[in-house]
Amino acid sequence: MISLAGAVAFILLAPVVGGLIAGIDRKVTAHMQGRVGPSILQPFYDVGKLFEKEDAVVNETQRFYVLSYFIFAIFTGALFFAGGNLLLVIFALTLAEVFLVLGAYAANSPYSHIGAERELLQIMAYEPMFLLAAVGMYVVTQSFNVSDIAGFPELVFVLLPGVFLGFVYILTIKLRKSPFDISTSHHAHQEIVKGVTTEFSGPALGFIELAHWYEVVFLLGFVYLFFAASPVIGIIAIIIVYLLELAIDNTNARVKWQLAVKSSWAVALVLGAANIAVLYLLGRV
Amino acid sequence: MDVSVQLLLFLILFPLITAFFMLAVRRDYERRWIVKISALLIGAVTVLLLVTQFDKGTVYYGFNAEAVNQLMFVLEMAISLLILWFAVRYRNYLVMALTIAETALIIWFEAASTPAVLVTSPLFIDQFSIIMALIVGIIGSLICVYSLGYMRHFYLNHTGIPDRTNTFFLVIFVFISAMFGLVFSNSLVWVFFFWEVTTLCSFLLIGFTKTEEATKNAFTALWMNLLGGIAFAAAIVYLTYQPAGMLGLDQVLVSGKALILIPAALVGFAGLTKAAQMPFSSWLVGAMVAPTPVSALLHSSTMVKAGVYILVRFAPIFQGTVIGYTLAFVGAFTFLIASGIAISQTNAKRVLAYSTIANLGLVTACAGIGTAEAIWAAILLIIFHAISKSLMFLSVGTVEHRIRSREIEDMNGLIVRMPRIAAMMVIGIAGMFLAPFGMLISKWAAIQAFIDAPFGLVFVVILIFGSALTLFFWAKWMGKLLVITPNVENVEGLVDKNEWIALVSLAGLTTVTAFIFPVISSVLIEPFLRANYGSVALLSQDNIIIMVMMLFLIVLLPLSILLPHRKHRNLPPYMGGVATTPDMHFQNALGAKTEMKLANYYVGPWFGEPRLARAGVWLCTAFIVIMFAAAVVGGGFL
Repeated sequence: MISLAGAVAFILLAPVVGGLIAGIDRKVTAHMQGRVGPSILQPFYDVGKLFEKEDAVVNETQRFYVLSYFIFAIFTGALFFAGGNLLLVIFALTLAEVFLVLGAYAANSPYSHIGAERELLQIMAYEPMFLLAAVGMYVVTQSFNVSDIAGFPELVFVLLPGVFLGFVYILTIKLRKSPFDISTSHHAHQEIVKGVTTEFSGPALGFIELAHWYEVVFLLGFVYLFFAASPVIGIIAIIIVYLLELAIDNTNARVKWQLAVKSSWAVALVLGAANIAVLYLLGRV
Repeated sequence: MDVSVQLLLFLILFPLITAFFMLAVRRDYERRWIVKISALLIGAVTVLLLVTQFDKGTVYYGFNAEAVNQLMFVLEMAISLLILWFAVRYRNYLVMALTIAETALIIWFEAASTPAVLVTSPLFIDQFSIIMALIVGIIGSLICVYSLGYMRHFYLNHTGIPDRTNTFFLVIFVFISAMFGLVFSNSLVWVFFFWEVTTLCSFLLIGFTKTEEATKNAFTALWMNLLGGIAFAAAIVYLTYQPAGMLGLDQVLVSGKALILIPAALVGFAGLTKAAQMPFSSWLVGAMVAPTPVSALLHSSTMVKAGVYILVRFAPIFQGTVIGYTLAFVGAFTFLIASGIAISQTNAKRVLAYSTIANLGLVTACAGIGTAEAIWAAILLIIFHAISKSLMFLSVGTVEHRIRSREIEDMNGLIVRMPRIAAMMVIGIAGMFLAPFGMLISKWAAIQAFIDAPFGLVFVVILIFGSALTLFFWAKWMGKLLVITPNVENVEGLVDKNEWIALVSLAGLTTVTAFIFPVISSVLIEPFLRANYGSVALLSQDNIIIMVMMLFLIVLLPLSILLPHRKHRNLPPYMGGVATTPDMHFQNALGAKTEMKLANYYVGPWFGEPRLARAGVWLCTAFIVIMFAAAVVGGGFL
């Protein structure tokens, strides 16, 4: 069931793919804002430079948290692409996130502290919908294993349109895009400086950026899972979803965390749970 | 006599002997040795029981127990009189009325003496009993050992009140004895007797400090548990008038469902009160006034576990009935609402209390659903919760004696001030909510169980939202502990040796059980399920391997601090450019010297206790009313 090849491929290729996505992201965003934008390879130069910088820390424990975040972010994606259990994948992702949050707490810094609190609120906001997406796939395919879901002969999306929309909604949080870039942001207009990542610099920040690339590839893999029966549609879906996220990012102002949590929960109930409930009613009564 | 029955009787009777010794000892070192040796013996015998009995299946021990029955009746009357005396002394009319009602039911049952009364085998043992015995024996004993150190500190801090350490240990050993009796009794009459003993013991322990607040909360706990006791007694009276002899667990479980819906609902109700489910959750929160080892005992290995124990025993009856579903709803909503309330609590012990209530809710929900998979999850929850929660309580107790506070905000940077105890707490918290530790494995199992059950989606949704709330309050507490504050001294000093033994053992158990849970499952839980349901729930081998991998990573990653690394420079945290001293003081806009202070979010307007608790009480009361209505209608006409 578990395919080691998938895991290895993810570990080796995801940084390349993730970095390219980040590059395209910046290029497209620039065009949306009427700029030319940097080269598509710019994210690689940026991260490379971070690793050359001086290793400056607030305290030594930060290194441990960053390393743990990095390793479990990879673990999450590797387990996903190996075809593992979807619930376990989500739990591993939560574990990774918690390490990042703990690192922010440990710094004893006002900005990273607020970032950490907000990051936890964001996790609390997206996790129900994330798990419901897994539950929805189980209800359709009778398996939590990514390998079985990917091998399901029909488009999962057809039965789970609500769940899919709900997932796209929380994807905005996970990709750290406006209006939900509440705990930290890629843009330079964050009122809490860099939030959860404020106190990480140099190589530590480089690792966080790399971990984020791994996460982005995993998340887009999750989007693909809704369309796995037809790879062409799957790829198109990924492109459309990502462009949609960019459009949302560039046309929305950041909201307060209260709205982010409330709306994510509402979406999880109205789109996610209701969609699955309809399947129950159709399938079992 | 069979060896196993000797072990059984030893576990029930030996703690009583220790309790009597407590009446006699005067000197501190005598007490210390008696408690330590007793704790060690009790723990060792439970392990011996495991080793000798795990592969024997369910064994019933039949003997003529007429004399014991009569002794129990006499003792029950004595308990009633004692409670009545307390009620009169403190003018608590509610408790008085409830005690009289309960006593009347007991006398009614004794007088009835129909053929149903005869239970051929009053004692029994199966894998679930062994699991419960291990929890009581090992965790209960560790709490006893811990109490030795704690109570000495307690009286150093509370010099004004007379030293009643002997009474304390006496009640605790009686409590442990009653718990063993409860999990080994096949006769429902015996279960009820031990049930009442735990009610009395918890009343005495909660009111131990005899302050006004303690007395008030002890009476709250008493009347709520008496209500459950009345329901239990009513169930026994009802069963007495059934045609077949139905007062043994073995007989109840094989009888037709329709016949016993009413007693099942009554026992379910009793379980809800003891397991502190809404609307009865307030007694467990109030019980926080007791010395911390008492909280640990009530929350992890005894009392509330008696409530969920009986629910899990009755689960095959609940399965697929309206009673089961309403019970499951009470549990599920208690889980959701208590998890929410925990977010808004600033007092560490109250956070722990609400988390206990929430997790018991999850067990109740599993028991109400009652499928084999759900019971698998329920038993895992019981095991892991007992270990992690006792570790958390005992750590908080030790910290409280050092920093004189139970507030989470006062634990800021505990990892610097008291590194070893903070590490224990971090392990405990990780055990409560992070993959791949115990509680998360159990929640995973619960999701799997709910999703396969009829109408399970509702419970899945509640569980998913509830665990998102759980994550928030645990993670922010953990973060608070791990803050690295500058210029702070290590004040850990010498923690009492006995306290350390308990803390380190529990932290070890938290980690080790996460590693060996597949063994626990295949040796103990699965045979139990096979005997009761015929089918077995399993996690696939792959998932177990992956979790063990994660666990290894988590255990190894802290070692990364020891790795050689590049030369680094230490910088102060970013303060927006304001000049800040190394101890985080800065000049504010008005020129005054201000200390930089950070506090967690508690989101009071959303998760405030009064509002959520009120909603929970009404909601869960409604479900309980539906449960009884369904029992009467279904039980009367089916």
